[in-house]
Amino acid sequence: MSDTALKVENLSRRLSGEVSITLIDDVSLEVRRGEFMVITGPSGSGKSSLLYLMGLLDRPSSGRIWLNDEDILTYNDDQLADTRLAELGFVFQFHFLLPEFTALENVMLPMQRLNRLSQKEIQDRAQQLLTDLGLAQQQHKLPRQLSGGQSQRVAIARALANNPLLILADEPTGNLDTHASMTVEQILKDLAHRHNHAVVVVTHETRLAASADRLITIVDGKIQNSAP
Amino acid sequence: MQLLLSIALKHLLARKRQSFISLLGIVLGVAFFLMISALMQGSEADFIRRLIDNTPHITIVDSYRNPRLQPVQKLYPPGNTELRSVKPLSETRGIRGYEQIILYLNTLSGIRASPVLAGQALISFAGKDHAVSLNGMIPEDITTITTIANYMKEGSIDDLIASPDGIIVGTELVRQLSLNKGDNILITATTGQTRTFKILGIFRTGRADYDERQAFASIKRVQALLNRPNRANNIIIKLPDPYAAHALAAKIESKIGYKSISWQETSEDLLSLLVVRNIIMYSVVSAVLIVAAFGIYNVISTVVMEKHRDISILKSMGFHTGDIKWIFVIQGIILGSLGSLLGLPLGSAFMYTLMQIELTPPGSTEPIHIPLDWSLFQFVIASAFAMTAALAAAFLPARKGAMVQPVDVLRGSI
Repeated sequence: MSDTALKVENLSRRLSGEVSITLIDDVSLEVRRGEFMVITGPSGSGKSSLLYLMGLLDRPSSGRIWLNDEDILTYNDDQLADTRLAELGFVFQFHFLLPEFTALENVMLPMQRLNRLSQKEIQDRAQQLLTDLGLAQQQHKLPRQLSGGQSQRVAIARALANNPLLILADEPTGNLDTHASMTVEQILKDLAHRHNHAVVVVTHETRLAASADRLITIVDGKIQNSAP
Repeated sequence: MQLLLSIALKHLLARKRQSFISLLGIVLGVAFFLMISALMQGSEADFIRRLIDNTPHITIVDSYRNPRLQPVQKLYPPGNTELRSVKPLSETRGIRGYEQIILYLNTLSGIRASPVLAGQALISFAGKDHAVSLNGMIPEDITTITTIANYMKEGSIDDLIASPDGIIVGTELVRQLSLNKGDNILITATTGQTRTFKILGIFRTGRADYDERQAFASIKRVQALLNRPNRANNIIIKLPDPYAAHALAAKIESKIGYKSISWQETSEDLLSLLVVRNIIMYSVVSAVLIVAAFGIYNVISTVVMEKHRDISILKSMGFHTGDIKWIFVIQGIILGSLGSLLGLPLGSAFMYTLMQIELTPPGSTEPIHIPLDWSLFQFVIASAFAMTAALAAAFLPARKGAMVQPVDVLRGSI
């Protein structure tokens, strides 16, 4: 098994209309297992657009994407959805939990859709994930009954539900207080370093950027700097 | 599918009031659809049943659909010769060889056929005269082929078997001539012959004209009165399946030559009227359900609009476009099914209430109940229409919801 979780090559994304806008311009990068990568850059630089392309939520105008050494741009929409379900986990700035479902049900959803485990196993795993993230007491609460930090941890648990290869987080601490931000930040780093997930985080936060294994800076859709 | 069902249910339960209102629309739509449809079909069935029961399914008459070719026309086919002042060959009225025709008809499975000699006659009693249509029939057949036995008020058709000089008349005639059962009346035929008949039974169909002008007697006695021995001018036929009458009438006519008229042909204009009536009825009751379907469209459409973000999350999680479509279609199915489940009992209650109403139409002496069709078909068609309306109402917003692109929502374009 290759060490590379995701590889993008000469990736570009242009929006056509009256005026053509280039969101991503000829980007190439690799994300390895166990790596905590941070993408940063000014507002409107194309960080989130790159994340959506890496997360197969958007199709590039040109370039190629390999996930687990498979050229996934040859897939149709349903195959891409299946790949997202099994191999990718998303965490967004606003937790985006389904409001009618409890924390536990939100975490169970991706596993129920994947349908590889029994209902009992799904429930046990969801409870374990919530317990690991310190939410054992909150599992039967609805999202509106949770704090911002708790909701974001539920979203992380949901992203981890199907034990994905790659976790993509878009400003995961952007809406949290300092304490909650540090908790979420630590969880994401642990996922990479202790559980060998590839983690890509888009953020403005310098502290989070400073703790990255690799920091990518995007300006005007291009990689400005990659460190170390 | 269980997962999609649970998501769909959560969406509906999250909007209890809106969902309840749209459900109520479907419930009332189904109930009214069922009631009106059952009422219309019931009255139609009642009308057709009366039509079928009270008239022969096929009547063979002693005439031909097209004028018969005269011998002289066979000898000199139309062409170079022109024949003038040709009169048709005189024929004795009546169906020739009716007994052989009856034998042939009896070979056809399940049908009952009986000869009738009908003619005009004058009933005289106590110095009063009254014209009637005298129907000569085999007494045993009157009970099996006509429904007159069901309308007997006094006496019995069976009495005609024992007393060949008996006659059965209607209540209106009895009233107008002050007759009673057991009275002897003098009947004069158009030939001038007279016979005395004894009133053995009195019937009342409720149709005043029929009760005044129709009379039934033994065919042998009527043949003697009308001086037409061994003749019948009609053969009436009852079938196990009245709706086969049209095809069978054509078959019989092609075989025997005499004009054979099915009940559908006799009542063609009335049946056409019923078709038009059904179209109007279904248009009206469908409109009720279409309005209800807009309620479903509204609630699902609102859910779709409010759920753009959730749709994006589900899609980013790995749900297929088809899954999203199903979630909203299932909501339509739930509303349609629940609407049918609750609407059918409510419709049945409406129907039961209608059944309790007694009406006395103008000119009628006996009260009637509103006829309703309680057949399974009515329930199936009401449910099917509700489901179709609900599905159609759900499908449009479902398709729109399925088209939501997660990236548009995440970027904040929607």
